[in-house]
Amino acid sequence: MSILVYTESENGKFKKAALEVVSYAKAVADQMGTTVTAVAVNADNAEALGDYGATKVLLVNDESLKAFNAKKYAAIIESAAKNEDSKVVVVSASADSKYVAPLVAVGLNAGYVSNVIAAPSNVSPFTVKHSAFTNKAFANTEITTDVKIVGLSNNSFGLVASEGSASVEDFSPSIPESGVTVESVDKATDKVSIADAEIVVSGGRGLKGPENWGMIEELADVLGAATACSKPVSDLGWRPHSEHVGQTGKPVASNLYIAIGISGAIQHLAGINSSKVKVVINTDPEAPFFKAADYGVVGDAFEVVPKLIEKLKAFKAANA
Amino acid sequence: MKILVCISHVPDTTSKINFTEGDTKFDTAGVQYVINPNDEFGLTRAMWFKEKQGASVDVVNVGGPETEPTLRKALAIGADSAIRVNTPATDGYAVAKQLAKVVNDGGYDLVIAGRESIDYNGTMVPGMLAAMIDANFVTNCISLEVDGTSAKAVREIDGGKETVSTSLPLVIGGQKGLVEESDLRIPNMRGIMMARKKPLTVVEPTDANAETKTVSFEKPAPKGAVKLVDADNIDELVNLLHNEAKVI
Repeated sequence: MSILVYTESENGKFKKAALEVVSYAKAVADQMGTTVTAVAVNADNAEALGDYGATKVLLVNDESLKAFNAKKYAAIIESAAKNEDSKVVVVSASADSKYVAPLVAVGLNAGYVSNVIAAPSNVSPFTVKHSAFTNKAFANTEITTDVKIVGLSNNSFGLVASEGSASVEDFSPSIPESGVTVESVDKATDKVSIADAEIVVSGGRGLKGPENWGMIEELADVLGAATACSKPVSDLGWRPHSEHVGQTGKPVASNLYIAIGISGAIQHLAGINSSKVKVVINTDPEAPFFKAADYGVVGDAFEVVPKLIEKLKAFKAANA
Repeated sequence: MKILVCISHVPDTTSKINFTEGDTKFDTAGVQYVINPNDEFGLTRAMWFKEKQGASVDVVNVGGPETEPTLRKALAIGADSAIRVNTPATDGYAVAKQLAKVVNDGGYDLVIAGRESIDYNGTMVPGMLAAMIDANFVTNCISLEVDGTSAKAVREIDGGKETVSTSLPLVIGGQKGLVEESDLRIPNMRGIMMARKKPLTVVEPTDANAETKTVSFEKPAPKGAVKLVDADNIDELVNLLHNEAKVI
């Protein structure tokens, strides 16, 4: 009856989102008077999940599962849920979790709600709050099936340390053949991805050209942030599509979003609205982004950003 | 190749989002509806398969008669025929179940849906559909080539992309990148005239109970005014982010 949580790792190391979903699962388990079991694939240091509230980790070690495969991973999560007789399964909002969750939902005949932003307001009927209308509203939704799947929005619950420890058990469920084979992965390993980032630094057309992105990257570097861009910038080919954030691009749910030279079209704001703190730097005080932001600087990015980098470096040095 | 493109009928991006009946229903008053943008990228890629590889392209929507103008628009863009499953779209599971029946009855080789709709953002219909019909599945798809029954797709992952090989029957969760924004087609007068004569079949729903039920909606609390920091006083911005917002 334990709460099952799927904890993602990369090169053996748990993602921050994995620790966040365990923290969340612990809160749900407390509400329902049960415990948390995590399921992980090829993760090192699995007992560390005990620090966030897991009491058991089902660990699959299998070299053939090194590349993520939705069908195979779905089978693992389904087996784990059946093994534990779990009534609630928690996953993150990563690209892989959002890929696998609908398959698990069908496999377990479980109702699934994604983009959940808070612990259940009620466990009977099981009711969760989630974003809808591309962050322009929230919905409170009941899951009416026996088994429920919750997809937690990144950075919405935070990490909550917990007393206790987790036992690690080898888990080797039967894994089906899959008709999808990964041929190659193209991923910058030295950069923070937008999905995992706590801070995102984003540039718009106000930066005038791709040659001016050096300062955006430097600012991101100082902050340990991911870089992003507005839609016009990706349409113009100044930056890759993978950096485009907004309604038709990647969603952003960071703790801090810094928009530089971005006017704030409604489609852009929709995509970044669930970021907690928004800063805008723009020459035009009438830019719509100022209505959506928490902090604003009216000024030329080419003057403000270098100053900000300098001040942040000094701040980091003083607080190191 | 028989292609089915799933079309969600969604409020235009610029629509004001309001709720009625004690915040339990979306307020449709004054709302303009469009083809879900993620679906439109898929539809446009499907048109490429039609023109270059001789594929047939049908479009489908699960919804009431009010969604028909959106299906007609898809026909005007170039789809061959449209199907409307005559039942409200209650949740992702119920919609996927209706679509599964349409796919099985129609014998489609390739189904392209948007990775998510811009209204409920569930990101679940394409995956659930694939699981129900036991088809291969790639979501967040930014490139798709089909050769005979083999397919090559590129999926956006966190921080990069992944190239996969797979085969038909296949379900795709599509998004921008399948085609570019500049490839999207605005229906011309001829397309609109032809769309009126193309078949739009209404089919009755199969049994499908929703697994989730939205009990109420909320709008975000109104935001306070932006705090402006002088461009000559960036120390103050760093101070606010550290001490007030506590994000650095």
